[in-house]
Amino acid sequence: MTDETITLTIDGKPISVPKGATLLDAAQEAGIDIPVICYHEATSPNGLCRVCVVDVDGGRVLQPACVAECGADTRVETRNERVERSRRTILEMLNASVNLEQAPEIQDMMADYSADDERFPDARRRESELIDDNPFYVRDYEQCVLCWRCVQVCAEDAQFTFALTLKNRGHETSVATAFDISMTESPCVFCGQCVGVCPTGALKPKVEWGIEQGWSSEEMRQQTRRKRKKDAG
Amino acid sequence: MIADIDAILESYRGRGREALLPALWDLQGAQGSISPENVHRISHILRVPEADIYGVIGFYTLFHDEPTGRRIIRVCADPTCALVGADDVLHELCDRLSLSGDGSTPDGEYTVEHSPCLGMCDYAPAALVSERGEHDIALPRVTVDDLLDKRDGAYFTPAGDDESVLLDPSLDAAPQTLAGYGDYRALRQAIFEQSPEQVISAVEASGLIGRGGAAFPTGLKWKFTRGAAGDIKYVVCNADESEPGTFKDRVLMEQRPHLLLEGIALAAYAVGTGKAYIFVRGEYPNATAILASAIREAEAAGALGEGIMGSDFALDIEIRRGAGAYICGEETALFEAIEGKRGFPRMKPPYPTTFGLFGAPTAVNNVETLCAIPGIVRQGADWFRRFGTAESAGTKLVSVSGHVGRSGVYEIQPGITLRRFLDDYCGGVIGELRTVLMGGAAGTFLLPDEIDVPLTFEDLRAAGSTFGSGAIMVFNRSTDLRDLLRRLGLFFQHESCGKCFPCQLGTQRQVEILERLEAPRAGDRERLHDIGLTMSEASICGLGHTAALAVLSALEKFPEIFDAKE
Repeated sequence: MTDETITLTIDGKPISVPKGATLLDAAQEAGIDIPVICYHEATSPNGLCRVCVVDVDGGRVLQPACVAECGADTRVETRNERVERSRRTILEMLNASVNLEQAPEIQDMMADYSADDERFPDARRRESELIDDNPFYVRDYEQCVLCWRCVQVCAEDAQFTFALTLKNRGHETSVATAFDISMTESPCVFCGQCVGVCPTGALKPKVEWGIEQGWSSEEMRQQTRRKRKKDAG
Repeated sequence: MIADIDAILESYRGRGREALLPALWDLQGAQGSISPENVHRISHILRVPEADIYGVIGFYTLFHDEPTGRRIIRVCADPTCALVGADDVLHELCDRLSLSGDGSTPDGEYTVEHSPCLGMCDYAPAALVSERGEHDIALPRVTVDDLLDKRDGAYFTPAGDDESVLLDPSLDAAPQTLAGYGDYRALRQAIFEQSPEQVISAVEASGLIGRGGAAFPTGLKWKFTRGAAGDIKYVVCNADESEPGTFKDRVLMEQRPHLLLEGIALAAYAVGTGKAYIFVRGEYPNATAILASAIREAEAAGALGEGIMGSDFALDIEIRRGAGAYICGEETALFEAIEGKRGFPRMKPPYPTTFGLFGAPTAVNNVETLCAIPGIVRQGADWFRRFGTAESAGTKLVSVSGHVGRSGVYEIQPGITLRRFLDDYCGGVIGELRTVLMGGAAGTFLLPDEIDVPLTFEDLRAAGSTFGSGAIMVFNRSTDLRDLLRRLGLFFQHESCGKCFPCQLGTQRQVEILERLEAPRAGDRERLHDIGLTMSEASICGLGHTAALAVLSALEKFPEIFDAKE
């Protein structure tokens, strides 16, 4: 960013921001709340979820606030009818595919945008078995919204481990290891950063999951400790 | 076989991720699928994580990570082929092979799949056949016997057209060969008599706008690319023609490969690069083979390669084969594919002219656009402007299919009305016209009383329609419009890359509703409307922006089909 500032209007309020600031930065500066799902300060923004879209000068398409830079003298509306329809419909469609029970922030968004949680009856849900293949965390991809954060922190955004990828495409996309091998066979170093950035209950520390399952402390010990070599002998 | 794999892997030593798609093609060609063992080995050679390679294989539908039959048969399931019984072919094929649907026979001989549009709507129904160890072949007007027989590798070449600038009127002259095409006169003229800036000025003055669907001024694109900072630049020819109902670029590549190569060379000269790529969709094996042979021929004749025609201009043109992903027609997704990644569209800005292939300024143009360049350079902008209208300058190729007397690729002068075009050129509509789908699956419907619209970019836009890639699909009253919409919905569901939520979820929710059009639920119209506008307004790229156009158009033009079927 340079010292140069530009001026724009957000929901009728004139505001000055440094050149290069995103619309999300500017909205925060103006005290206006814009919802986000995929965006996380620690990961490279990809503009995937599109619930942060805003209307810039009534353009043909809406702009993702997390990545779109502020344009000088533009008029931005963060919550008009078009924006509301897109946000509400995205949330309704997401809710029809994904188990959002353990995503309170998204639940709040749904309430805020009057999203109908039965808007899409008979929808194909992304179903999958819970994957419990290591002592540190469990993976429940029925709760995965495909924000990509786990894949990103496993790769160039943090760890450079490259244990994770996206497989298939479109609605059938899922997060996976190479050929779906178990985490213990994969390059995973169990740094835990993927669990830390997961916005839903898709990735969960095993201890937390064990508590939910009502494990005794003995079970917890057995399930979450790796056998050390000296014990094994 | 093991020796083959070793040789393949060795041939990639020293290369990086950009070689991933070619390497996967080679590995799959040898064994029919790509095994975990081979992924492991190529991972080390190209220095790409195994997980990433697995992700890439799963993204492209022509790649297989599980064993396949020795012969893979892919039958087109899109609208034009459906009109002439593609479903029957597929069902009978499965019956005769005792398959219940897509899948492989237990003896490992056959794998049967349905495919998105193969770009052979003028020879419907079409199929793509991959026989292990041989070149893939695209088969026209298939019958089940064709598909089960041992076919030789003779590929078909479509018939020519009567009045043509881009197409060759005399196929007897064998325009696929350099001898038939002639010297690269426009290139010679440019290199020895014109500066790159003069070439760009001529293209700007010609009024040529992109023929791939987005209609961006070509000269301006080149000017931006030439003016962009950076020593390394690229020209990329987008030959990933995959819009259902569109096959003009295939015909150009098969009939006029040297016209395209000369156009690419002129683009490279103009923007200032010595490297160009042609990204051809994986479903076009015939075009790919013809282009490869044409490049060798031109290099041998000194028209491409080092020191072209004795000048110091050099150009290496490399063909890259796509692997089954409509999204790669989106220019930034195409760059990702060449770079060896999943074909996800990038966020724009930055635009390709400043940040394109490998992050370098890139001029990416459609096949037909590039084929118009030699004529403009040789005969001038004014000559080109004699054709068409002020805003739709030059001739335009259209792909016509469906219920018409003669489907095929036609070169038209923009300005002719759709009605006259269908009557005078295409042998008229077969039966009573119900609708014309303009622009392919990402297009809009015209009703019988709307076909007096002149075929120009500006008139179609004003009529709320689109020229798009020049697909014209004609349907008479025997057409089941609900089935048509369902197929369009399936196409987009299959082809959405899954990157942004609106399109990933919207194409799925949309097809769920389109599959129950005969017995809709209360509120389905409103659902389709909300899905459609959300995809159109909030998606990341052109695929999502247009994935509901036909449905939104149908809601307006055929409201009755969204009522329960009587």
